[in-house]
Amino acid sequence: MSRLSFKQISKRFGSLVANDSISLSLDPGEIMALLGENGAGKTTLMNILFGHYEADEGSIEVDGKQLTPGSTEAAIQAGIGMVHQHFTLADNLTVIENIILGTESLWSWRHGLSAARRKLIDMSERYSLVIDPDAQAGALSIGERQRIEILKALYRGARILILDEPTAVLTPQETENLFVTLRSLTAKGLSVIFISHKLHEILAISDRISILRRGKIVDTIKTSEASRSELAEKMVGEVVTRPQLEAMQPGAPVLTLAGLSAYGDDKFPLLNSVDLTIHAHEIVGIAGVAGNGQTALADVLSGLNRDYSGELKLHGDTLTDAGPSDFVARGIGRIPEDRHVRGMIGDMQIWENLISEDLRSEQILKWKIVINKDAAIKRAEHLIERFDVRCEGPQAQTKLLSGGNIQKLILARALSPEPDFILANQPVRGLDEGAIAYVQEQLFDARKRGAAILLISEDLDELLSLCDRIAVMYQGNLSEAVPTPTRTVTELGLMMAGQVIHAN
Amino acid sequence: MSDLLDILLTAGFWAATVRIVSPLIFGTLGELICERAGVLNLGIEGIMTVGAMCGWMWVYQGGDLWGGVIFAASMGALFGLLHASFTVYLGLSQHVTGIGITLFASSLSYFVYRMLLPSATTPPKIAPFQNLEIPVLSDIPLIGEALFNQSPLTYLALLCVPVVWYVLHRTPIGLAVRMAGENPVAVEAQGIDVLAVRTGAVMVGSALMAVGGAFITMSWFDAFYFGMVNGRGWICVALVIFASWKPGKALLGAFLFAGLEAMQVRAQQSAGAFIPYQFFLMLPYVMSILAMIIMARRAQYPQALLVPFRRGERV
Repeated sequence: MSRLSFKQISKRFGSLVANDSISLSLDPGEIMALLGENGAGKTTLMNILFGHYEADEGSIEVDGKQLTPGSTEAAIQAGIGMVHQHFTLADNLTVIENIILGTESLWSWRHGLSAARRKLIDMSERYSLVIDPDAQAGALSIGERQRIEILKALYRGARILILDEPTAVLTPQETENLFVTLRSLTAKGLSVIFISHKLHEILAISDRISILRRGKIVDTIKTSEASRSELAEKMVGEVVTRPQLEAMQPGAPVLTLAGLSAYGDDKFPLLNSVDLTIHAHEIVGIAGVAGNGQTALADVLSGLNRDYSGELKLHGDTLTDAGPSDFVARGIGRIPEDRHVRGMIGDMQIWENLISEDLRSEQILKWKIVINKDAAIKRAEHLIERFDVRCEGPQAQTKLLSGGNIQKLILARALSPEPDFILANQPVRGLDEGAIAYVQEQLFDARKRGAAILLISEDLDELLSLCDRIAVMYQGNLSEAVPTPTRTVTELGLMMAGQVIHAN
Repeated sequence: MSDLLDILLTAGFWAATVRIVSPLIFGTLGELICERAGVLNLGIEGIMTVGAMCGWMWVYQGGDLWGGVIFAASMGALFGLLHASFTVYLGLSQHVTGIGITLFASSLSYFVYRMLLPSATTPPKIAPFQNLEIPVLSDIPLIGEALFNQSPLTYLALLCVPVVWYVLHRTPIGLAVRMAGENPVAVEAQGIDVLAVRTGAVMVGSALMAVGGAFITMSWFDAFYFGMVNGRGWICVALVIFASWKPGKALLGAFLFAGLEAMQVRAQQSAGAFIPYQFFLMLPYVMSILAMIIMARRAQYPQALLVPFRRGERV
């Protein structure tokens, strides 16, 4: 008998059909991957299972018994544990407090803290999930915090564990650890649903793969019989080919950094004498584990951090004392790391976001001080069409758009003035295949017309396929940028861990 | 300087401090509970006024004193429910709702007072709580009289501090309250109703505020008149930040403010000839701001304070 089965689940939000008659089953000890692009309906389906939503049609059975719809409590009782994509931890509370919430009767006069601590330590030993029960959750690394989430589910006796995009925030090493954990859990009889759109991870960890596209199950295949290209095609619905880097002769230097150092609070050094020159027609990539100074460099290059020493030159002119708007005016295009926080203001309308870097331009002002809304909307309409943004129009609220479409808006704002230098910080993180290909194409087009591009990424595959030259950042130090083919993945990995390897 | 020392050495100063501190403790603990659950309750000033009026009116109409306290607390809880229905269930602005509740509750209190006593010119008095002298302890010089010969409501206020601390930090319901103020999604994910937890916390907190108000009319001035809460509610809001949302520190902060207040009244009398008395009136507030700057710098705000929670919304 299967542990869990979905029977013809349908869920609609207004006119959007998020889940269309989905039937699935999960066996004990099995890892089933749910593969699909953003917006395919994976998270909706899991929210129905976990009782956050109620299905419009269909039912769910756990161990042959029907699950009460719309009740998180019933789902937990039935042994379902969910590790959300955005962790549900309270940073100011301790690990043990985070874990015991909801496990005791609310009206008890005291916590069974010592028993809880014993049980937690016992569990973390059994599943090799090491954690300090009294640490503050907010002080732990992302990987450790995910461990708390898993322990929380296990503590409540979960036999079905749902992981929603668990690797999106993890380093490659942490991902590997997670996979080891998942295998040991399934060896003990747990069933796992692994939600992702990363093909190589799904192929590495799952037993079976169900592919979801536009709310429908397209296919379910055994992982041993699946191939990467077949999965990609079924997930996207068509063959998506990523653009290829054309060989091109680099032009004159555009951006020059010499001995650039930057400091954080309390004069804490973030960047340590960075030297780098980027030429026209050239993409230079910076690899590195998050938190090694990439954000500091991006802040300096976008004009947000002026507390630096050393030289920062654009076309040979020093940019000292210029702020963000001067940077934009002088021809620097910026694609920020977090598109929801720094990139776009979700509560504002699309046209407002699109003019936000250009508020002094004659084209959108009348009488020099008032925004000419008609002109701004006309510009937005033009950009929406040119950059193929799927939305209801310039006056739609920005936060209603998908991640891919928000990124297209950012590209439209940053690239349409044809900047000479483009800072692209994690431009494709969290995007689906189609959107990734689109962003990369736009960067290649910019390179072709003569822009110099700095690409910061944690994804080595991405850097290797996109960059002319590559450098590695480790603890605020930047290695020499060398032609990409001269570096192997192993070398780059070692440099990311702090080893110094000189170019041959 | 020696004048200050003289003041500190009088039993009257300490007794006054403890009297002033009592409503502040109730109010601060009440506000602290609301904010720990993620709801700022700026209705406090009005809810204290309601408590002051209701407790007093109950006794004036012939009810007994403890009945008055319970009546005040229930009415406070009712206004807490009103605040929660707007801020928790409808997710409206906590600032605007809170100030609205303060205006509404204050005016309603005077309105009801006038309705019931249309012709009273001087505010009539009631027989207040009598001081409860604790034998032996009250004979300690200086602070004995102040701490151990007080209104039963003062003892209740002091008792509330460890009780609130225990409930918040040592019981499952307290954990749920704190979690609701930190990460409501986590509470929801554990099958607990966030809205119910927050509403409950706001109601209990508001009941405490109302008891603080009742103290003013039932154990201090013995009468109810216009503007008698006089900004004490706002002081409590500041004290919660001063206390970094911790009950123990709230007690400390309340005593500090009350001490300064008791001090300034006496300093006015001894130095009033040279320095305008307004200067002394201002002093406790200036000192509070200074203390707050020092104490609250590293305060960890409840992370979901002011953030409404809506079920099933896209994050």
